[in-house]
Amino acid sequence: MITQAPNYTRRKWADRFMRGLTVGATLLALIPLVLILGYVFYRGIGGLSWAFFTQAYEPPVVSAGGEVANAGGVLHGIIGSLLIVGLAMLMALPIGIMAGIFLAEYPANSVATFVRFCTDVLSAAPSIIVGVVAYVLIVQRTHQFSGWAGSVALTVLMIPLIVRTTEEILKLVPNTQREAAMALGAPKWWLTTTVIIPTALSGIVTGVLLAFARAMGETAPLLLTVLGNNNVSFNMLEPIAALPLLTYKYTDTPFPAQNALAWSAALVLTLLVLFLNLAVRWATRSRMK
Amino acid sequence: MNQQFNLKGYDMAQAERLSAWQALQQRTKHGDAVFWVLTLFFALLVIALVFAVGYVVWIGSSEARARFGFSFLFQSGWDPNAGNFGALPAIYGTVVSSGIALLLAGPLGIMIGVFLSELCPDKLRSPLSFLIELLAAIPSVIYGMWGVFVFVPFFRSVVASPISRSIGKSVPLFAGPVAAGRGLLVAGIILAIMILPTVAAITRDVLNAVPNHQREAMLAVGATRWEMIRKAVLPYSRAGIIGGLMLGLGRALGETLAALMVIGSVKNTISPSLFGGGITAASLIASELPNANDSLHESTLILVALVLFGITLAVNLVARLVIWRSARGPVGSMRA
Repeated sequence: MITQAPNYTRRKWADRFMRGLTVGATLLALIPLVLILGYVFYRGIGGLSWAFFTQAYEPPVVSAGGEVANAGGVLHGIIGSLLIVGLAMLMALPIGIMAGIFLAEYPANSVATFVRFCTDVLSAAPSIIVGVVAYVLIVQRTHQFSGWAGSVALTVLMIPLIVRTTEEILKLVPNTQREAAMALGAPKWWLTTTVIIPTALSGIVTGVLLAFARAMGETAPLLLTVLGNNNVSFNMLEPIAALPLLTYKYTDTPFPAQNALAWSAALVLTLLVLFLNLAVRWATRSRMK
Repeated sequence: MNQQFNLKGYDMAQAERLSAWQALQQRTKHGDAVFWVLTLFFALLVIALVFAVGYVVWIGSSEARARFGFSFLFQSGWDPNAGNFGALPAIYGTVVSSGIALLLAGPLGIMIGVFLSELCPDKLRSPLSFLIELLAAIPSVIYGMWGVFVFVPFFRSVVASPISRSIGKSVPLFAGPVAAGRGLLVAGIILAIMILPTVAAITRDVLNAVPNHQREAMLAVGATRWEMIRKAVLPYSRAGIIGGLMLGLGRALGETLAALMVIGSVKNTISPSLFGGGITAASLIASELPNANDSLHESTLILVALVLFGITLAVNLVARLVIWRSARGPVGSMRA
């Protein structure tokens, strides 16, 4: 016959209490998420007009009755961000993917171990440090803040992300595929580029998209390298605008119209991050099960 | 005959008779050696990048190192215009704000990790993980902005002002004036939200790596779920959880923009109160390096960057070592 232990009631309640606490902790963590996303939507959605996407900076006009509401748009920031991150992608993609291939296809050697260690070091480095490096190397030497200095900084930040996802995805490709291609007489480079990479392509694209999303929102290194610009500019050799920089600068001004622009720019960044993360999740849903 | 398997012997025999150029042609006939060298080159580039970062920061800070050594880290009074460089407020602000963040996010993140790995219904697990990790994907400037416009005013009127007027009268740690509301404690709270997903995700991964017979053995002797978690699961993964906490700490130490926007930028003195303003090392660099006065000012800021790099590197490496040793594999390496 089963009898209850004498302290069972106390233990049962302790169990319930602690379980409730873990649920509470999870809900508590969701509160800031909901609040942040909610506020960004609530404050930013009103500013998403045609002018927001097609106009550049306009100086706030302070009239006798207060400030004029229309403060232009962020076209210069959108163009600048795309240019900076685009150039960074061009530099980071070959380095990241090739290094990832090296780690996955020639895994068992001391060089690979050290490369893995180095990607960990790079991804651990605070983004501001990478900004300082780009500042010393490029801005100090050329005596000029410039868009491409920002691209170099973002490249360094994106490389570890791309290397690690490429490696992990390539390792998921079953070895039988490699063996099948080898049995047909394909050399290693041929089977890697025509069999392994196409199989793993969706996964690699996923990693690249996440790196892109991270680079689009990165602000600290841009502060030290790109500086910002109030005009639409395509010149990467000069200071150029960027969306996260505008968000930062328009937050710190006393003009409500610019604060509204900051919220809308934040909304655009958030939507981009949300959309990319959801897309990645949708693309990898079969693997997560 | 399959050349893949006796390539070495084949080539050695040939190399003696062929010229160097012919030997090279022989070796690269299938393109494999070229491919290997190519990927190796890019892999070595990653290594070179790490050394370049260290080297550049080291060289860039040489003027300041020659001038003050590292003693300026322990002096107060940062005033570049007067030629005074004392980075103690920045070090203090970094340590205190990251410490608060770890204190808040640590227990919370571990609880979330426990819930996601042990107690959560299967259908909810993946969406909840996604939502928590979304917190890590939001750009830091948006945290800062939300902090400035929403959290700081709320915190000031609801928490900071009442506490400073009551408890703060006797406890200097919570003393006023609250002023604009920006300060060390607010920065710590915002940083806590930012590092929460790191701690939670790594705790979850480490707990998932605990073998199931640990749990089964505990349940078999009549333990409740919580007793099982506390006595059989958490002790087994203690090292990994500590590693996760340290990775979170590393992230908080290096966080720049959100901290800069809400910490109040008081650079010359240390505020004894948590409601007072401060500065972190990273935000000090971000706010002053683009418009530095002279080369000594620049060099000093780069020296601060060197110190920050060294500290975050040490914290992260120890964390990864601990996690790796506890889980026998690079758990959570996708998040850092």
